[in-house]
Amino acid sequence: MALLELQSITKNFGAIHALVGVDLELNPGQVLGLMGDNGAGKSTLVKIVAGNFPASDGAIRLEGEEVHFTKPVDARKKGIEVVYQDLALCNNLTAAANIFLGREMKREFGPIKILNYQAMFNRAAGLFKELKSETRPRDVVRQMSGGQRQAVAIARTRLSQAKIVLMDEPTAAISVRQVAEVLDLIRKLRDQGMAIILISHRMPDVFAVCDRIMVLRRGQKVADKAISDSSPEEVTGLITGAIESS
Amino acid sequence: MSKNVASIEDVVEVRESSPLQRILGNQAFWITLAIVIISIVMTILSDAFLTSNNLFNVTRNLSFIGIMALGMTPVIITAGIDLSVGSVMGLSGVILGLVLGAGQPMWVGITIGLGTALFVGGVNGFLIAYVRLNPFVVTLGMLSLARSQAIVFSQNKMIFDFGPEARRFLDLGGGALELGQFARIPNPLIAMVILAVIFWFLLNYTPWGQYVYAVGGNEEAARLTGVPVRWIKMSVYMLSALMAGIAAVLMVGWLGAVTNALGTGDELRVIAATVIGGANLLGGAGTAYGAVIGAVLIEVIRNALILAGVSAFWNGTFVGLFIILAVFLERLRNYRRA
Repeated sequence: MALLELQSITKNFGAIHALVGVDLELNPGQVLGLMGDNGAGKSTLVKIVAGNFPASDGAIRLEGEEVHFTKPVDARKKGIEVVYQDLALCNNLTAAANIFLGREMKREFGPIKILNYQAMFNRAAGLFKELKSETRPRDVVRQMSGGQRQAVAIARTRLSQAKIVLMDEPTAAISVRQVAEVLDLIRKLRDQGMAIILISHRMPDVFAVCDRIMVLRRGQKVADKAISDSSPEEVTGLITGAIESS
Repeated sequence: MSKNVASIEDVVEVRESSPLQRILGNQAFWITLAIVIISIVMTILSDAFLTSNNLFNVTRNLSFIGIMALGMTPVIITAGIDLSVGSVMGLSGVILGLVLGAGQPMWVGITIGLGTALFVGGVNGFLIAYVRLNPFVVTLGMLSLARSQAIVFSQNKMIFDFGPEARRFLDLGGGALELGQFARIPNPLIAMVILAVIFWFLLNYTPWGQYVYAVGGNEEAARLTGVPVRWIKMSVYMLSALMAGIAAVLMVGWLGAVTNALGTGDELRVIAATVIGGANLLGGAGTAYGAVIGAVLIEVIRNALILAGVSAFWNGTFVGLFIILAVFLERLRNYRRA
């Protein structure tokens, strides 16, 4: 049984068909590269799986069980974590506060619940250490580099026992060395049995880390194959439409 | 490596700011310093400044604005604004006076007065958070609406009969904690200090406070991570109105009478205090201490001008200068950071 199964997912925004009957199966420990031109429907697909908005038609199954998400928290409760393209961080808060946003660690004094800063700082420091990131939990995100922000967004997905991590352009705005770190991170997540969907425009990244590649063009799936059976040239052709499908 | 990308070397240089840097970068610190300097200068210039009588009056006067500024702070942190606090104070005070005048016990009057404020705040919050109307426009409408209702309920008459428990009620706002001949602490000041501690605690040590800052920092991110954004927004407007209600209870008790003009124009003084204390109208920043210290500065300036024999007409000029100076300091800090 597949960990995640999408069956003919369709999404219309008024007269615009953002996705047309997309199927997908994803297994634990798999890294799927999702590619396509701007407007091909990549982000829409990720947002549907993440619970940002429902599909117009089609079904989502998690470990065989059909799920209906109405808000992002629903998806998170089912073990789906997302690293958004803009990272969805609050600039005015610390790294630790961002990681724990919405699921703070608390100390209870009778009916009063107090934020347990020390525990959150410690846990966050542990996560950054695991990720081999130089980010410090007490630093405010406003002062951070792109790579550090990325680390914060990724550390957030490690807080719970996530089964699926969706990453929207995680390597778009960071330096070469930091890209290598993020790719390492993706491998680490994979080795722990997580399934990852990586949206990226960067062909080298996709070929470096993904097992499988899926290409969307104008809302339709035009390829879904093992990365070893494909090549950057073929994928480019599929994205642009020079190659019809594969 | 391209230009818009931070290198590891840059990153390693970024260190957590030292305690000293944090204090120097804190607006409330500079405002506190300004207050200390003004106070020293005034003590030298005027024999009347550092007297227990003057301090009693100053601290009482600033407490009403301070209490409302505390309520305004979470609103401004969420990048909102509440222009209706002055009118809510007026309406709440009129209703309170009418209920007491009708012979009801004090606790009934206060409960209904505060309930009125909470209801108005709830309407503001609902329209802003759930119907997604603009906070400026909603609370501007409520400024007019609540003031008009205050006039309707009071029938444009002054209310000074506060029923069987009038003495106790008047003592609540007008009384003081007597600590010997030279130390009298006005009740409104005690109320403000207690409320300031509560707000400091709520903003810094509860998930609610964390969410208030998160909503102001990046509302979309807060929503995606499961923060109940709409409820948080509604709650800040209810709290702001509740503080206006509490200020009304104390102020009516102190004045010994209530007219429907109670609180007119206070919204601007309250917002000024909050901003001077370091709250950012773009959201994401603000503290309970800042709200209080902003209120202190405004009142100290007013008092200093009177004692220095400067025409009261100049009051607004100085308060205005400090507001602009406050945003200028903010700008300067951001510039250095960038």
